Amino acid sequence: MEDHKKQNPLVDMVEKIGVAANTISNDFCFFVSFLGQLLMATKDVIRHPSKLRGKDILYYMDLCGSQALPIVLCICYLMGVILGFQFALQAQKVGAEIYVADGVGFSILKELGPFMVAIICTGRAGSAFAAEIGTMKVNEEISALQTMGFNPIVFLVIPKLLAMLFTLPILIVFGDLAGLLGGFTVGVSMMDLTPVAYIDRTFEVLIPSTMVMGVLKGLVFAVIISLVGCIRGFQSTSDAQGVGRATTSAVVTSIFLVVVSDAILTRLYTMWGY
Amino acid sequence: MPEKGKIIVEVENLSVGYEETVVLEKINFTVKTGEVFGILGGSGAGKSTLLKHMLGLYPPFTGDVRIFDKSIINSSDVEKDRLMRSFGVTYQGGALLGSLTVGENIALPLEAYTDLNKHDILKVIQEKLALVDLRGTENVMPAELSGGMKKRAGLARALALDPELLFFDEPSAGLDPITSVELDELILRLRNQFDTTIVIVTHELASVFGIIDTVIMLDKKAKTIVAEGDPKVLRDTSTSQWVHDFLNREEHNTVK
Repeated sequence: MEDHKKQNPLVDMVEKIGVAANTISNDFCFFVSFLGQLLMATKDVIRHPSKLRGKDILYYMDLCGSQALPIVLCICYLMGVILGFQFALQAQKVGAEIYVADGVGFSILKELGPFMVAIICTGRAGSAFAAEIGTMKVNEEISALQTMGFNPIVFLVIPKLLAMLFTLPILIVFGDLAGLLGGFTVGVSMMDLTPVAYIDRTFEVLIPSTMVMGVLKGLVFAVIISLVGCIRGFQSTSDAQGVGRATTSAVVTSIFLVVVSDAILTRLYTMWGY
Repeated sequence: MPEKGKIIVEVENLSVGYEETVVLEKINFTVKTGEVFGILGGSGAGKSTLLKHMLGLYPPFTGDVRIFDKSIINSSDVEKDRLMRSFGVTYQGGALLGSLTVGENIALPLEAYTDLNKHDILKVIQEKLALVDLRGTENVMPAELSGGMKKRAGLARALALDPELLFFDEPSAGLDPITSVELDELILRLRNQFDTTIVIVTHELASVFGIIDTVIMLDKKAKTIVAEGDPKVLRDTSTSQWVHDFLNREEHNTVK
């Protein structure tokens, strides 16, 4: 029987920290290099717009937008219902049922609408981007594109980014409306509020900029989701497990960065008085 | 028509590998116009790695690759893209874009780099598909094709811009012997009809002796070229035991 060498826990920990630091530094270098290539490719596309394939942008708009709409409406509506219940329970204690409209409206428009839509898009599109590019790498399709003289960033990344930038804010608008409808359903059915009173209160407290600021968050989320999905796809190793890891990593990284950016944006909005 | 015997590919003192691992070093050879040139070696010898570096997909550690007298290593991105369009590449699995039909795959370089209208592009697609015996598959998705058909469709795409130079990465890998012979015949037809210069990465001996004029043999241990010349001559006269065993399909016994 071979003796198992026991690793010193301290050495083990230092080793793990070293590996993690190395991974983070490699990720950062890859990100910077990718960003540089993206900027060059964007400049190239602005000069020669014909290099972009309109068909691809429409395909990804369908994938990220119209195909995601039913699930966005369903989840955001249910989020509105859940929030409505929670606010109603608290508001009923102090006889302030009408404030359910305020609570649901602000929560959905400022935070939960954009956030839930971003999470849905990460799960649907971000993972699909990583899997698509990873699989293309396995099948040497990216090498084939390069040897045909096509820039993979122009061909694969920019159409996805543009499609996401266009569709995610629109999905947020739909998600917001569905969430408000969820709150309205609870407000009218559970409490003694009339539909007119609920709607009047909603319009009274929610100014258009509330929704606009939420939708603007969507632009930041769109950049994060599409770029992280693509970067993880390009980082994928050329095997089936690599594609699986890239897909998982795309979702986890995107969700983390969406939460971080949401926190930063919320702080900035508060500072600017929104 | 390209000038016969002119050097079309020149690999000079090339050292290649991944990260810090050197896979091959001191690689020197030339490919002449109209030649079918083979890169031969056992599994893991670095054949595909060498090809990818020759195509400019990865930067080498040292050395240079000149194609049509232009360096693919030291050229600017724009020059490199232009140079890449001047040759065709057929990958192991065909490397067709899965989201496009066979016809759309072949149309890609035509739409990007020619002024042909839709009607003319369709004519070229049909012509190239006929050349590789895949008539009527322009609207078929790559996933619906067999392995051999994918390779031929990939070849049709590589031929779209009528390149003078074609690279093949393991064209016979995974094919049955009959399909493999058909593909070899197609490669020879391309050379004979159009004077296309062909570089093939392979370890299929039937292809090596059937179609290749000049071969270089790579050895995993030596990490470099261990033999160069006519494959039949090497098979019969090589003094290297490894080369002799490889080309005669004998078990190589290192303890001999």
